[in-house]
Amino acid sequence: MLFAGAMAGVVTADNLFAIFVFWELTTITSFVLIGIDDDRPGARAAALAAILTTAAAGLAMLAGFVLLAQSAGTASLSAILADPPAGSALGVAMGLIAVGALAKSAQYPFHYWLPGAMAAPTPISAYLHSATMVKAGIYLLARFAPVVAPLVVWWRPAIMGVGAVTMLWGGFRALRQVDLKLLLAFGTVSQLGFLTLLLGAGYPALTFAGAAVLLAHALFKATLFLVVGIVDHQAHTRRIGELTGLAARLRPVFIITCVAAGSMAGLPPLLGFVAKEAALEGLLESGPPSTVVLVAVVAASVLTAAYSARFVWGAFGTHPATAATTPVGPAVDRPSPLMWAPAAVLATLTVVLAFTLGPTETVVASAAGSLAPAASSFHLHLWHGFTLALGLSTLAIAAGGVVFVARDRIDTTLRRLPAVVEATTVYDRIIAGLVRLAERTTAVVQSGSLPTYLAVIFGTAVALPGTAAVLHLRLPDDVALAESPLQVLVAAIIVAATVATAMAKRRFVAVLFVGAVGFGVAMLFLIQGAPDPALTQLLVETLTLVIFVLVLRHLPERFHVARWRTAARAKVVVSVAVGCAAAAMAAIAANARTAPSVSEEMLTRALPDAEGRNVVNVILVDFRGYDTMGEIAVLVVAALGIASLVLAGRRSTGERADAVDMMDTSGERSGDAEEPAVEPVW
Amino acid sequence: MTLVLIVTIGVLYGIGTWLLQQRTLTRLILGIIVLGHGANLLLLLSGGHPGLPPIVGEFDDPATASDPLPQALALTAIVISFGVTAFLLALAYRSWQLTRNDEVEDDLEDRRIALGRGDGIDDDFTDASATVPGAGDPRQEGP
Repeated sequence: MLFAGAMAGVVTADNLFAIFVFWELTTITSFVLIGIDDDRPGARAAALAAILTTAAAGLAMLAGFVLLAQSAGTASLSAILADPPAGSALGVAMGLIAVGALAKSAQYPFHYWLPGAMAAPTPISAYLHSATMVKAGIYLLARFAPVVAPLVVWWRPAIMGVGAVTMLWGGFRALRQVDLKLLLAFGTVSQLGFLTLLLGAGYPALTFAGAAVLLAHALFKATLFLVVGIVDHQAHTRRIGELTGLAARLRPVFIITCVAAGSMAGLPPLLGFVAKEAALEGLLESGPPSTVVLVAVVAASVLTAAYSARFVWGAFGTHPATAATTPVGPAVDRPSPLMWAPAAVLATLTVVLAFTLGPTETVVASAAGSLAPAASSFHLHLWHGFTLALGLSTLAIAAGGVVFVARDRIDTTLRRLPAVVEATTVYDRIIAGLVRLAERTTAVVQSGSLPTYLAVIFGTAVALPGTAAVLHLRLPDDVALAESPLQVLVAAIIVAATVATAMAKRRFVAVLFVGAVGFGVAMLFLIQGAPDPALTQLLVETLTLVIFVLVLRHLPERFHVARWRTAARAKVVVSVAVGCAAAAMAAIAANARTAPSVSEEMLTRALPDAEGRNVVNVILVDFRGYDTMGEIAVLVVAALGIASLVLAGRRSTGERADAVDMMDTSGERSGDAEEPAVEPVW
Repeated sequence: MTLVLIVTIGVLYGIGTWLLQQRTLTRLILGIIVLGHGANLLLLLSGGHPGLPPIVGEFDDPATASDPLPQALALTAIVISFGVTAFLLALAYRSWQLTRNDEVEDDLEDRRIALGRGDGIDDDFTDASATVPGAGDPRQEGP
């Protein structure tokens, strides 16, 4: 239902992007439907192939739509068609759209997904893949073709060429299939090529013929798929080599099949014949470039006639060799009339519509007319008189018969030819290549080593902003060695303590040294005239020390001896570079002021506006109050995290006394965590 | 602008970076603390020359007071880095509790992929050729 809705959306929507959304909806639903048998790897692979192909091409189409809408200034399809944008943008956009449409309609070289899609149950194949979904691409081509074909030089050769190649290749492959359903699938590919050729060309006569072929194809192909379903259901196989003598057992089905296959092959007096006549007629009329195409169409018709015959022969013929080996055949149950009734209705229509050409013509003409007004003035004929088209039709059917009769000899000849590179193989290689590329990229980018990641980050920090900092470094006029001797002393202590932190072999010693660094920094704050940060720093440093001691009680005394000596030198290099870059940035930062500081105003307005004497505190709780709120939130989150980490430790290793011990102190700690933030502020 | 401060900042950043690249979790945390100190000093430095404490009553002319804004920012930064440190220490404690190891290990799955022995790839992608009906050599088909 979703699929049917989406399909209706594709054909009724006018907005390009609405079309695209519906289009992708059909892609996704068809993916689900093909892969409905999710236990079978074959079904999964086929579904994957279908969605990858159509969705990738769909992206190309989206790009084309965007380009088209941009250059036309509107996303309305009818508006664009009424007044197409000029210039190269149209060509590029149409190229992209054509790729999307051709892939959706299983045209060469994107045809491989359709036979794969036959992994789906037969009704789905009949309904989706032969009747509706693949026509979406054709529909789109047909909508654009009448307008675009005269404007874009390469449109006709490209589309008709693709159609012709698909037609021949599909017919050729159909002739060689053993599975009846796959035979039909490749036959569908071939017929789709025919439709692409007719509707994509943009000639009124061909558009009209295309609409007729579309109708005929829908009728006979749906019938044949239903027949395959019946055969499969009754005989439990659809392989040509395993079926024999079904014509007698399934008499009504056999008759239905003959009618439908006859229509497919273009036998008079059936609808398929009428449509094909119209197509040939149109091709004969539309001029010189069509001569090659005409030959291709006739050749494809030969193949079509041959594989139609093969279908009937394979499904219903009596094969003595098979009959001897497999009991399938006489043992097959007769299907209930209810089962073949839908197929019978469709087959009857195939005949009836060919004789009541008046109403048929109205339907076809109105369909064709909605695509191109000029296309509605053509007529369908069951009997043209002895025209060239009739001659070609006869030739095609006769040659098809010859090909069918001589199938064994042709087969032997073909087997000697070198193997053609299959589109499926290309697809597989592309996918395998993608997987390999992804693996290699992952292997290079994601080494799994934290120091490596950090080195990359630091390297970038040094290479980009660091280099810029060094390049723009210029010393200001008021450069001073130090503000006071005390500053030099404290700085020396900090440097020494930092180096000692790095050198320390014992954890506890390292922590003590880092505490010394913190106290030194607090001193520097004080010297700089910043008592508040200094006070906070002292408090925080003390608390940090306490927590460190609590944790270090549980950790081994000494640092682990480094096992990773190879990268040690690189780490030193990175560190020195970062240090130099940071110093350069510091020099620039100290020198960067170009406008008076906003602080002047803060200093003068603190008392009158905020009733506070300590300007730093006023900034924290008043001028930048939200900042502080965020800060408190961070601390709360951190406290919650700490509490849960420690509590989790207690739960999982409940008996351990030291875990309980740890928990008790952490309760205090999470309470304490907010204290230093608030204390200096008030 | 004070040369001493700049040198100090450089040293703090350099050694902080070095510590951060070590494999021991404790050293990593120390590295973050040291880097935090460096950043705080950087903030302070951007306030310009030292002055009187920015407390009304301590200074007569705003021009003689030190810049209060970087101080406020530094104060915030100090408290936040304290929160981070405490959290990281709790993490280190928990990691030690669970694994008896405070080393940062390489991700094993990543190493496997790097060695070309990844096993996380969906077989559907690689085995498609074997299973798509109608695929393969056309010469294999036919009656």
